[in-house]
Amino acid sequence: MRISGKGLVKNATQIAFEFDGAQVHGMAGDTVASALLANDIRLVGRSFKYHRPRGILTAGSEEPNALITVGRGAAQDPNVRATQQEIYDGLQTASQNRWPSLKYDVLSVNNLVSPFLGAGFYYKTFMWPEKFWEKLYEPFIRHAAGLGALSMQANTDKYDRAFAYCDVLVVGAGPTGLMAAKTAALAGLDVILADEDFLLGGRLNGETYDIDDQSGSAWAAQMVHDLSQLDNVRIMARTTVTGAYDQGVYGALQRVGHHGPRRNPDAPLECFWRITAKRTILAAGALERMIAFPNNDRPGIMTASAVRTYLNRYGVVGGQTVAIFGNNDNALRTAQDLSDAGVHITAYIDSRHDANVTGDFPIYRGATVCDTAGALGLTSITIQHAGGTDKIATDILGVSGGWNPTVHLTCHMNGRPTWSDDIASFVPTPGAIPGLTAAGSAAGHMSTQDCLQSGIDVASAVIADLGRTAPQLSAPRAEGASYQISPLWAVAGKGRAWLDFQNDVTVKDIKQAAQENFRSVEHMKRYTTQGMATDQGKNSNVAALAILADVTGRGIPETGTTTFRPPFAPVSIAAMGQVGQDKGFAPERFTTSHQASVDRGAPFIEAGLWHRPSYFPIAGETTWRQSCDREVQMVRNAVGICDVSTLGKIDIQGPDAAKLLDFVYTNTFSTLKIGRTRYGLMLREDGHVLDDGTTARLGETHYVMTTTTAAAGLVMRHLDFVMQALHPEWDVHIQSVTDHWAQFAIAGPKARELLRGVVDQPLDNETWPFMACGPVTLGSVQGRLFRISFSGELGFELAVPARYGDALFRELCARAETLGGGPYGMEALNVLRIEKGFITHAEINGRTTAFDIGMEKMISPKKDCIGKTMAARPGLTDPMRPRLVGLKPVGDVKQILAGAHLFNPDDEAVRVNDQGYITSACYSPTLGHSIGLGFLKNGPDRIGDRVKMVDHLRDVETLCEVIHPIAFDPEGGRLRG
Amino acid sequence: MRIKCPICGDRDMREFYYQGAAVMLDRPAPGAGDQVWDDYLHNRDNPAGDTRELWHHGAGCSEWVVVTRNTLTHQISHTALARDVKGASS
Repeated sequence: MRISGKGLVKNATQIAFEFDGAQVHGMAGDTVASALLANDIRLVGRSFKYHRPRGILTAGSEEPNALITVGRGAAQDPNVRATQQEIYDGLQTASQNRWPSLKYDVLSVNNLVSPFLGAGFYYKTFMWPEKFWEKLYEPFIRHAAGLGALSMQANTDKYDRAFAYCDVLVVGAGPTGLMAAKTAALAGLDVILADEDFLLGGRLNGETYDIDDQSGSAWAAQMVHDLSQLDNVRIMARTTVTGAYDQGVYGALQRVGHHGPRRNPDAPLECFWRITAKRTILAAGALERMIAFPNNDRPGIMTASAVRTYLNRYGVVGGQTVAIFGNNDNALRTAQDLSDAGVHITAYIDSRHDANVTGDFPIYRGATVCDTAGALGLTSITIQHAGGTDKIATDILGVSGGWNPTVHLTCHMNGRPTWSDDIASFVPTPGAIPGLTAAGSAAGHMSTQDCLQSGIDVASAVIADLGRTAPQLSAPRAEGASYQISPLWAVAGKGRAWLDFQNDVTVKDIKQAAQENFRSVEHMKRYTTQGMATDQGKNSNVAALAILADVTGRGIPETGTTTFRPPFAPVSIAAMGQVGQDKGFAPERFTTSHQASVDRGAPFIEAGLWHRPSYFPIAGETTWRQSCDREVQMVRNAVGICDVSTLGKIDIQGPDAAKLLDFVYTNTFSTLKIGRTRYGLMLREDGHVLDDGTTARLGETHYVMTTTTAAAGLVMRHLDFVMQALHPEWDVHIQSVTDHWAQFAIAGPKARELLRGVVDQPLDNETWPFMACGPVTLGSVQGRLFRISFSGELGFELAVPARYGDALFRELCARAETLGGGPYGMEALNVLRIEKGFITHAEINGRTTAFDIGMEKMISPKKDCIGKTMAARPGLTDPMRPRLVGLKPVGDVKQILAGAHLFNPDDEAVRVNDQGYITSACYSPTLGHSIGLGFLKNGPDRIGDRVKMVDHLRDVETLCEVIHPIAFDPEGGRLRG
Repeated sequence: MRIKCPICGDRDMREFYYQGAAVMLDRPAPGAGDQVWDDYLHNRDNPAGDTRELWHHGAGCSEWVVVTRNTLTHQISHTALARDVKGASS
């Protein structure tokens, strides 16, 4: 019910949303949880294992029970905490883990057989028979497990990532964080203030404390306003700092679009931040913990501070009558606030005999709650005290087992918190995260006055540490009540006493784990699943290990904590992986001829990030092979055009350019004449082939290297390494110019004829012999021409500045078509090179040597080069190594498949008989049969032999003849023509 | 993790390519023998503590950087350009 005149939302507009199909009204500023409680809806979900009816336990991100599904269809989000989800008109929400409905849930039968489902149930029950596991147990468990469900549709929401840098990151905008941020900001530091709530102020919005002469919430609002006016402060609401990492890097999840209808398609739903901070002040506050008494999980039982927050912030009480049960002074605040608001308090139960409690309500000292009743929501509690037991009717029970400082971030780099007897909880261990200091209640300061002062003190120390002068600030006046607590973890009695509400772990489960010798806290955790749910046991872990400590006869510090790991609160995979979605995972690189190729209907194939045309279909062609065969014959008989701009191009200049090339290539480039191009082979230092390509000498100290498309970045890094890390004394500079030049292959007997009129210079064999290169003009455009060939035909590669690429490609294609030619794609390019035995990274696959590919003579004996020494190792020059050969089918089956393995014809096709493998294969329209390239043991000495190709995956077996790798025009007369 | 590039300053580790131990700086002479080459190429220490390693600032200035990093804490105590380290030793 709503209490008139109470709450910060009292004058807000009314909002209608949907919960389980029914319309519910709330106020702007409500969460789903507060709006449901305002409508006296206490039952909001079913528990994970026993399907126990569960209600709202907390008012923050630590909520274990009130998980809901928001939205429908592709935009559906499961497991959203109702305590964080803001309401808006049209919001659709639904409860989870129940069928057919929240009130009548079939699987609540699990609750009746719970004596058999305790800790270790799965481990003991689903052991045998083994064959039942896959068919029966796993499907059953998978069906029963899980909370909310995914829509199974592709996510339509956008997610983003962002990076931020600051001097000081303040985590939490309660009294401590606000004071710390103000202090740091006034010292001129760049400050980021992040808080997971949409309304900043922390506990101040849930309390009735005054600060100076204002209400706490009004003071917080004023502070936030003042800070927002400063240029050096960035305030990030709805932002949970989820993890602490090396060197001051923090992960943070910003919920950008969850609080309104998704109207803006460009705005992300969530943004994942990486915040790098020189210093961090952890002002994340403290979380109230429960007490484990029998049947402490009924809807209507909440933390005492949540009762207070719902009353003071939202003007809501979840029922007509409230009882309070606590072991510390802080719980009394709830009773006082309720009393002031005119809410009927049925009982105040304090476990301490000497509790200093006064109030206009029944007070039980030295008493505990030992049982509760109510099928779908709390109806009564049973109080156990010195004089016996009393059963009292009540709708709501507020429980306070004390406060746990939010130490989580301080433990993300393997640190462990320190036990404090004063507050019966763990506090951060100083220095656990380099650069991070905890302040306020996160550091164990429990009064508002102490928190405000702590914010100033910690910020001042940070300011001094960063070499600045701290401003002289004094803390405003606030409550300074002392915090006395007497630990109370569990209350004995009949019935299950719940610890972990989300995973349904009871006190009995912890004791059973200890009895079965799972005494280490890490073993207990895994055996019982305590703290392993999405809330990671924020309300229950400390109590669980206290009980374990008790059972095993150790103290709490000796028992220790389990490992805290990021994230502090759940982060959607979509937010974490936003860069890995779609094109974020693989950005697309397009050549200048891309649009012209699209216009011609070419399908594309990815080569690294590049998209290259596979083939250019013409009318009447229905399969890729038809287009490919035509394009191959077109190049062999007329002329073809192919965009080769994707090959890496590295400009190399300087007096020592030739030295660099002689050192990275096996062969010599210092002797290359200006105006000539040479094929070069590069090794890794371990003697295997790194890459190959042609390098042209444009001037005395100027070369242009080409690399393969795939290895362009690798070769660039390799050259950087050689120049910087091995020979920094060389005077040479390199620059990638891959994107600067559009380069096209013009290949075929009519290539020269085509270029006449495109290039101004004459291109006869005298002035432009095979492997010549140099500048040319295309009218007013300065280009470069290379007489090189990857097809075995008379060929040129013509390069122009990239801005002319589109026009030149269209012009070349049009001219080719008048000569009976046209563009050709990757499929034809591949066939042309296989026919000629030219290698690609299919052959230089990282495991092959110059010897393996028949190029051992290219390793110059006259000089050292990268890889030379190791290439001479006996194991790398063994003739029995698999070495490059060609293959053609000679049996009934005419198919050769890349990836297939080779065997002697009479051998069984098993691994021990392996003779080699196929790396490239195609149908050669030029030769009229399939051909392949592959590596065969002692291959060059077996030309003419027969081998058996077996593809175990595709179940193909072909008898092959071993042939020379160059299957077509072995003399090379065509490319010199 | 953040790495201080001597050219660019403190940068996110995602901008760097990790190569391995800075042993790679000391390329043996061609005739140094099998054992020396084996050590250079294959044999690496695996210390719990400071390591000297090579990172390439590929998404930045393209410099190879010698980074002294503690394998236990990821604390980076020193960085220098490979060309300077190499220049000083040769």
